[in-house]
Amino acid sequence: MLTDSLFIAFILGVAFGFVLEQAGLADAPKLAGQFYLRDFAVLKVMFSAIVTAMLGVFWLGRFGLIDFSALYVPETFLAPQAIGGVIFGLGFVICGLCPGTGCAATGAGRIDGMATVGGLLLGVLLTGLAFPLIEPFYESTALGVRTLPQLLDAPYGMIVGIVTATALLTFHWIGRFETRS
Amino acid sequence: MQRPYADPYVAGFGLGLVLLAAFVLTGQGLGASGAFANVATGLVAEFRPAELATNRYFAKYAASGAPWTAWMVIEVVGIVAGAAVSAALFGRFRFAVNGGPSVSQASRLTTAVAGGVAMGVGAVLARGCTSGQALSGGALLSLGSWIFMLAAFAAAFGVAPLARRLWR
Repeated sequence: MLTDSLFIAFILGVAFGFVLEQAGLADAPKLAGQFYLRDFAVLKVMFSAIVTAMLGVFWLGRFGLIDFSALYVPETFLAPQAIGGVIFGLGFVICGLCPGTGCAATGAGRIDGMATVGGLLLGVLLTGLAFPLIEPFYESTALGVRTLPQLLDAPYGMIVGIVTATALLTFHWIGRFETRS
Repeated sequence: MQRPYADPYVAGFGLGLVLLAAFVLTGQGLGASGAFANVATGLVAEFRPAELATNRYFAKYAASGAPWTAWMVIEVVGIVAGAAVSAALFGRFRFAVNGGPSVSQASRLTTAVAGGVAMGVGAVLARGCTSGQALSGGALLSLGSWIFMLAAFAAAFGVAPLARRLWR
């Protein structure tokens, strides 16, 4: 039911915003500190969240408690996602917040978060209005739903294991870097 | 009294559980930039409705239902509310401009808007942001999501030395 699903949307959003603020990710200078290797909260939070959800989906699927094929996996469009990523990354450093954390900063009363939200709306609106011009690029290099296991022709569990091991190695490296500096 | 932030690994584990709950309950992950696309579509429908007939970007969002009460808009309202509750409970809520220590409030707000605009452009092209692509698509091992995430972080680390003044 629509109202049920909107209730779930709100509850998930509340939990999302609560955790982001708890992690300190509503705090732009702290967040930007990641890019100067002063504060590793962004990497730690994101990578541990990805691994937690990835392992959860994998094991729930293994035990038949979730239907992986029913999950919405975003489609891959190589060039626009790479170029979009670069433009996004530039904005991320200048702003110190991303769309989710910008909304969390807004909730925490931060006026720079509200300015971020305004800028985001403007950016999306202007790009949307220019869409007929960029549409050929936007639709280019379409690979459909493409996952890393498909790309590497490797078992799902193996990629899950590799990503998990990479995360643990990264956390270990961060720990050593932090004690050294 | 402002209390310290949570341990990032504990917070990350918590965020992972919220994301997992989203997958289990709704079949999709979390998002943020999609809400801005919905609101932009609402504005276009209000002020330039003719655009919807020729612009496939807005037409797609308009076809997916009422923009002001879209799933993603309600979720983002939740993000704001959840962060407000968290900040209030832990003594961190305040109306203030938060930025680099040597940057004036006016330039901080300018960079926040400018960075927001750039992220808006990038998120449209990439069909999502750090939430919908990096976190949600990343956890499902989507190729495009990992490409977006690696490109975004590579660009951010690459340009950070030039933006040092903003955060020092």
